[in-house]
Amino acid sequence: MGARFAAFAILALLAAVPAIAALLDQPFYLDIFGRAMVYAIAAISLNLILGYGGLISFGHAAFIGIGGYAVGILSVNGIDDVLLQWPAAIGAAGMFALLTGFVVLRTGGAHFIMITLAFAQMLFFLFTSLELYGGDDGLSIPHRGTLAGFKVLDSPVALYYLVFAVLAGALALSARLVESRFGMVLRGCKSNERRMRALGFSTFRYKLAAYVLSGALCGFAGALLALESEFVGPSVLHWSRSGELIVMVVMGGMGTVFGPLFGALAYLMLGHFLGDLTKHWHVILGPVLILIVLYARGGLAGLFARLGKRP
Amino acid sequence: MTALLLVEQTLNGLQLGIMLFLMSAGLTLVFGIMNLINLAHGSLYMIGAYFAAAFLTLTGSFLLAAPLAVLATLAIGVAVEITVLRTLYARDHLDQVLATFGLILFFNEGVRLLFGAESLYLDLPPGLKGQVEIVPGAPYPLFRLVIIFVGLAVAAALYALVQKTRLGALIRAGASNREMVGALGVDIPRLFTLVFGLGAALAGLGGVMAGPIVSVQTGMGEEILILAFVVIVIGGIGSVRGALFAALAIGILDTMGRSFLAEILALFLPREAAQTAGPTIASMLIYLFMAAILFFRPRGLFPPKVR
Repeated sequence: MGARFAAFAILALLAAVPAIAALLDQPFYLDIFGRAMVYAIAAISLNLILGYGGLISFGHAAFIGIGGYAVGILSVNGIDDVLLQWPAAIGAAGMFALLTGFVVLRTGGAHFIMITLAFAQMLFFLFTSLELYGGDDGLSIPHRGTLAGFKVLDSPVALYYLVFAVLAGALALSARLVESRFGMVLRGCKSNERRMRALGFSTFRYKLAAYVLSGALCGFAGALLALESEFVGPSVLHWSRSGELIVMVVMGGMGTVFGPLFGALAYLMLGHFLGDLTKHWHVILGPVLILIVLYARGGLAGLFARLGKRP
Repeated sequence: MTALLLVEQTLNGLQLGIMLFLMSAGLTLVFGIMNLINLAHGSLYMIGAYFAAAFLTLTGSFLLAAPLAVLATLAIGVAVEITVLRTLYARDHLDQVLATFGLILFFNEGVRLLFGAESLYLDLPPGLKGQVEIVPGAPYPLFRLVIIFVGLAVAAALYALVQKTRLGALIRAGASNREMVGALGVDIPRLFTLVFGLGAALAGLGGVMAGPIVSVQTGMGEEILILAFVVIVIGGIGSVRGALFAALAIGILDTMGRSFLAEILALFLPREAAQTAGPTIASMLIYLFMAAILFFRPRGLFPPKVR
């Protein structure tokens, strides 16, 4: 109960950000929170396989990169409407998940971590060497394009609410999925895969479907990120980005619907806060992470749930 | 001309393979025995290189700085094992990944704090500089040959250690059945610290030797760490023999791909297309190789027999 209340309070606040930003005359609030929402969507996608499926993907930033480059490459080639760009981004990311899924899901545990990391690194080098589309320097997106022919995306507020709608949709999808039969099987695989196989489930297919869905949703997040920043470069799929996504999911509380939302916001806020203290803030963040791993259980969602139970 | 280039690139590939082996051996031992996935192994490589730079400035002699740097890296490794990693052995892989990711952030930024963001360049002593002719008309940097020989010597010593000594027997026994070794009265925590220290020293040695040929900078550790992951996944996690084989294969494949793929493609494709596709495919070659091997052998080429 507590976690859900906190989540709706945060969503209400996020919905009010454009008004607050206009009131305080701080337009960059839109950038900060818009980006936070995009990372929340990516974290939600990772949570689908990490939190519910127990699959530790250390290469999820690859899908952000695929989604971003799909938008960038189409945009440079004159295909401007997001109703064409988004399906391409989602489809390309899903396809990459399907192809690599056949390899990574045949192994388990530690293999999965290392192989997802390796495949993400492969794409990092692929985009770095893609001189035609910016190579090392990345690709500037000439203009934001249209939504079904309308030029609404040039307005930062419209883009912000579009991302907000996608975030709400992703949360609803995640909530529905967990309670569905598919979600039950996935969670069953996490707690004991051998048992699920003995019960007659073809667990590989379920895990592959979850992996593809997760990759596709993350590709969507990548497309939105590229639209927001009007840029995509190899840095969005640097291996450390994949690590940050895991941190967001765990900080927020993995295997919970709203955990990734809490985690993404908390991580990015922590970054802004520590970043204001010192530019060497990773020196502080590193030990904080270790302490979280050693002593904090259940993340923020668990904390909110405990607070909610108190009389 | 092409034959000479082939010899030179084979040696370059061998040298990269040796580097990868020094990283992968520790990584695969630590994983095989402690079941610990240590992302911060690359940090030890970086620390080795920075220590080499620091001791070089201090002593003015690379030959003195190199062993000192390896020992210092070993000390850092043991300290990290005792303070942080020891508590992680019983945790699941996700906790290990997160905590060692935290270690990476700490070490990378710590090094930047101490040494600045500029990359460092190590100068070799006159005796190790310069070129030698391996075959007449084919000069090759002496130091790269030294790396190859040191690496091969380390591989041989490691083989002797693991196969012929009492400690090696314990390491192998620990890799196949930890509980049993503990039940037989072996001091498991000490064995773990020892193995981790060994891995740290190997990574440090890799960093020390890489120092003079690459630029020493933060982030250098993770680049080679990810390659080392590819190596141990191909070789079979836990197998030192697999790591050696896969490291040399990856080193040579990567180097050859980068120098010859564009020309090989030009035999089938128009020149223009080959020039663009060559470098792109070359940068992905080892990962595709990994995917192909894992598709047929999901546990790698030499998976250790467990229990």
